Amino acid sequence: MIDSNNSSASANAAASISANRRQQALEVSIAGDWVLEAPVPPLEPVLAQIDSASQLKRLEFSMAGLGRWDSMLVTELVKLLDCANRCGIAVDKTTLPLPIQNLLALAAAVPERIDAHRQQQSVSWHEAMHAAWVGALRESRAMLVFVGEMALSTLATVRGQAHFRREDLWLYVQECGPSALPIVTLISLLVGLILAFVGAVQLSLFGAQIYIANLVSLGMTREMGGLMTAIIMSGRTGAAYAAQLGTMHVNSEIDALRTMNLDPMAFLVLPRMLALILIMPLLCLYADLMGIIGGGLVTVNFFDVSLTEYLDRTASAVKMKDFTIGFVKCAVFGILIALSGCMRGMQCGRSASAVGEAGTSAVVTAIVFIVVADSVMTVICNRLGI
Amino acid sequence: MAEACITVKDLTMTYGDFVIQRDLNFTINRGDVFVVMGGNGCGKTTLLRHMIGLKAPAQGDVYYGDQGLWQSDPKTRERILSRTGVLFQSGALLSSMTLAENVALPITEATELPAKKVREIVSYKLALVGLAGFEDYYPSELSGGMQKRAGLARAMAMDPEILFFDEPSAGLDPITAKLLDDLILSLSNALSATIVVVTHDLDSIFAIGNNSVFLDAETHTMIAGGPPRQLLEQSADPSIVRFLTRGEQDGRHGAKHLIGSDR
Repeated sequence: MIDSNNSSASANAAASISANRRQQALEVSIAGDWVLEAPVPPLEPVLAQIDSASQLKRLEFSMAGLGRWDSMLVTELVKLLDCANRCGIAVDKTTLPLPIQNLLALAAAVPERIDAHRQQQSVSWHEAMHAAWVGALRESRAMLVFVGEMALSTLATVRGQAHFRREDLWLYVQECGPSALPIVTLISLLVGLILAFVGAVQLSLFGAQIYIANLVSLGMTREMGGLMTAIIMSGRTGAAYAAQLGTMHVNSEIDALRTMNLDPMAFLVLPRMLALILIMPLLCLYADLMGIIGGGLVTVNFFDVSLTEYLDRTASAVKMKDFTIGFVKCAVFGILIALSGCMRGMQCGRSASAVGEAGTSAVVTAIVFIVVADSVMTVICNRLGI
Repeated sequence: MAEACITVKDLTMTYGDFVIQRDLNFTINRGDVFVVMGGNGCGKTTLLRHMIGLKAPAQGDVYYGDQGLWQSDPKTRERILSRTGVLFQSGALLSSMTLAENVALPITEATELPAKKVREIVSYKLALVGLAGFEDYYPSELSGGMQKRAGLARAMAMDPEILFFDEPSAGLDPITAKLLDDLILSLSNALSATIVVVTHDLDSIFAIGNNSVFLDAETHTMIAGGPPRQLLEQSADPSIVRFLTRGEQDGRHGAKHLIGSDR
């Protein structure tokens, strides 16, 4: 900007500043290029001269030798003027070039808001502990409130009092079901393969390779199929839900729904949750099948077991109840994923970074919930002997 | 004669096969406050995106001085655009950073000044837009008007020769909008910068614009250019007169009396 006479940026004249006392006035001469990209002389000697001078009444400027200038010069001048102000010295601004006068006037037009400044407060460790505790309490409270609201709007929807869009449900089913098949296929095939290898190392020590089939099929149906699907879906769909709802919150779309008397819970959260609860068990069954195929690939190719034997062994090892356990677990995981995703989305703040945080914490919450719930259910099954 | 700062030559803008505007030709002189006006959806903001290097034209080019923005290699383009600053419609401040960090971002990127100096420049820029003392606030803690002014402080951070404004008065109350207009005018005086404003706010158009171009959504091209007041007085085109008189006049008759009373 600004430079009116000489716009060639190449030739830099060195910046200089000096101050001459003339009776009661101090004349500050500024010359050369005062621009951000070039070094400028320190201001301190002149400031010291202003500070220490006695009987000084006026500050004048001589800008005859001034070359190019930009914010660099103006910020230095602001410091100079501040110093003069503090010492009660009048400044003759008319000796400055007109554009600089305008800029200084503009910068001084709105006085600084004293109360606006913030102090950095240091926090002691017990304050931090307290804050963490209060935060955790508030968090669990918010979670309970969300679950409660969820239950109420489910009730309202069942009674036909809330607006529930069936089209949306199919859209979400499509999004979290068929579109997730490729990644579920890949992961569970590989998990089956890994299970087979891990088991084979031990079992082949005493020639019991045939039991790899038992290990893979039981491992997949009771545990790994559901768990892996849940973890995939919490990263894939849970995070997406949080981001979708968070962005809707940022754009005031959720507020708009409220003003139209539509319950955002029933309208947005319920169809998403239902879609996941419907789809997760089916994905789990699919993952079980893929895992068994993956295990079969390894067993048949590397460990001297024929395909018929593998399939026969699998069929006799896996009972209906094993499938059911995986099925039920996965439905529970579905609820947890949808819950954490939607909850984080609905709690989202109103900025771009808040949407990111919502996505992250949705995945973290979901995975914690899934693993805890899985352990609890496994212990229960074990105690009941199923 | 005024010196040309930006020249738009035969510019055609499209989204896929859909032509937004074709054959745009106009010149923005150094020191102008140039208004790009037109109704909703006529391509004002798209034109701005072409001028600031965010979207490539289907045909034609935008010349800064005698350098074509889109014919140049990426390095040259970057150098041309480093002389510009843009205020986006909603401020576009990065929400995870404080105002000071937002304004300091372009400065620390382009220079190697010590942190203290950067802080001084940031404070000065915030003071210019009337936000002295708000350095440590996050954008979400500010009102819409303040966010816009902070966005302006960031746009001015590197002392650009050319400032672009996208709908500066959108979403502001009349008084705040007027204050922002005054600020734009005083900056134009103080910085002797060239200012390009995209707007459909009539008050702003007449208050700050000394040259303009009118984009028409139906014919998909510019149908007039020149100082806005002169357009209002002399234009015979019904769509321009309708636009400039808020639809109250369909033709020439009676348009003149509005000129005196629009402030």
